Amino acid sequence: MPDYDVLVIGGGPAGLSAAISAKKEGSRVLLLEREERLGGILKQCIHDGFGLLRFGEKLSGPEYVERFEEEFHELHIEYEVLTFVTDIRKQEGVFLITAVNQKGVQNYQTRTIILATGCRERTAKQVSIHGTRPAGVFTAGTAQHFVNLLGEMPAKKCVILGSGDIGLIMARRLTLEGAKVEGVYEVKPEPSGLTRNLVQCLEDYGIPLYLSHTVTRVFGVGRLTAVEIAKVDDAMRPIPGTERKVECDTLILSVGLIPENEMAESLGVSLDAHTKGPVCDNLFMTDVDGVFSCGNALHVNDLVDYVSESGELAGKAAAGFQKTWRTRGRSVPLDADASLQYLVPQRLNLDYGTDKVVLYFRNKETLPQGILHIEADGKTVFEKKYRNLKPPEMERLEMDFGKFHLNGASKIRVSIRKGGDAK
Amino acid sequence: MRELTCITCPNGCLLQVDETEGGIRVTGNACPRGETFAIAELTHPMRTICSTARTTYPETPVVPVRVSGEIPKERIFDVMKEINNIVLDRRVKRGDVLIPDVLGLGVDVIVTSDILTRKLCCH
Repeated sequence: MPDYDVLVIGGGPAGLSAAISAKKEGSRVLLLEREERLGGILKQCIHDGFGLLRFGEKLSGPEYVERFEEEFHELHIEYEVLTFVTDIRKQEGVFLITAVNQKGVQNYQTRTIILATGCRERTAKQVSIHGTRPAGVFTAGTAQHFVNLLGEMPAKKCVILGSGDIGLIMARRLTLEGAKVEGVYEVKPEPSGLTRNLVQCLEDYGIPLYLSHTVTRVFGVGRLTAVEIAKVDDAMRPIPGTERKVECDTLILSVGLIPENEMAESLGVSLDAHTKGPVCDNLFMTDVDGVFSCGNALHVNDLVDYVSESGELAGKAAAGFQKTWRTRGRSVPLDADASLQYLVPQRLNLDYGTDKVVLYFRNKETLPQGILHIEADGKTVFEKKYRNLKPPEMERLEMDFGKFHLNGASKIRVSIRKGGDAK
Repeated sequence: MRELTCITCPNGCLLQVDETEGGIRVTGNACPRGETFAIAELTHPMRTICSTARTTYPETPVVPVRVSGEIPKERIFDVMKEINNIVLDRRVKRGDVLIPDVLGLGVDVIVTSDILTRKLCCH
């Protein structure tokens, strides 16, 4: 049975970075990808704006990810595509992995696993829309696959439900290719995509955005012919009497992404109810020894630059874990209070990597000015002012926890407070 | 005074723009690019566009392309028309120029993926 130090599941930007960094640390690495090509979702994200933080360039998705693929191949990292993992079990500290591909059933043995399985779109079935079940209802990612990889237009006149980034990007893309986008409808009172995408994808093309509105019904037998739109109240319930019928042949859903963690769950990894990804420490290790998580499987990122960073850190940590530490060390929880939507990592390992801890967080409500506040054992140890904190825009912060003299009984609390004269 | 969201980088700074006799005054920007953006936005807005170009290869019917630099916002659909006239019958690489100096705008239409030249390992 082939034997590896680090086995990476998923060949998107997180998995590629994880494999590259583990390999650079001297590990024997294998990467498994279920699709025909490496690159993950970036293969179809042909718009630009990727890599601004990492490369200082405005790259398209394929340009960004192919740079990593090239490095991956230069390092001669072993990989299999069209390979689907069917079973993972842990036996005496070693993981036994079963996968199927065109060559048959494959068995691998590895000391650590990095889950880089990305996320999945929420579908029509998860948002409960009444009416018939005609063709013409797509997730934004499916529509993107049709247009950008297959060269087929799925819409002539469309309505977009949800203001997530992929929905905004597709509003522009379909408009550029000659479709009419009637409007983007968002059930929440605030948009869920990045502000710059509201500007460059909607405003630039005169596409209206309706907040506190939703699609309540679809019409059509073979193909979608219209949707019913209604205003919603504070509890996001449709308000009777506000319904309006909009003719269209396509409804595109951009209603959220959910980390894909079936494999993590089968391994007994605990998930965080807020991120929907594994609970992990600053080394990206989950609560199962030797199982690491990164990228959108860990929490849904809005920038791929952060996805690559988390893969890189997870790969390095996995290599270190199997080579030198072998034990998980002591750790304490990083408690995020109710002012934060979530905080990653959820735990702090006190024995390894405390000097450079990367924190990713989102605040719960939009704040023109806010102060991030870190408290250790009742004392304020760190404060940072922020401007324009918005839930759709994740923040990243690098912290040295080594200097706070923490011990196994330490309590760390992270919160965001209103105000502060941030300049 | 006008408010603009800078689209140069993911920070998305909210800019306050004052047009006075002395020129355009920009505040709210975290870096100098915000000022450049605001002035361009008020005088001559520029954008990049990304799209796909058709090929004659059935397994890869389209390849991703983009403009190599910014173009005037009002020329977006003209450039789209040029891109949609392309039919590729050669295996181009990332960075290859498909239309040099498109419509005389000083930028090229370039390929952004090696999808046509990469071998799949199982085929």
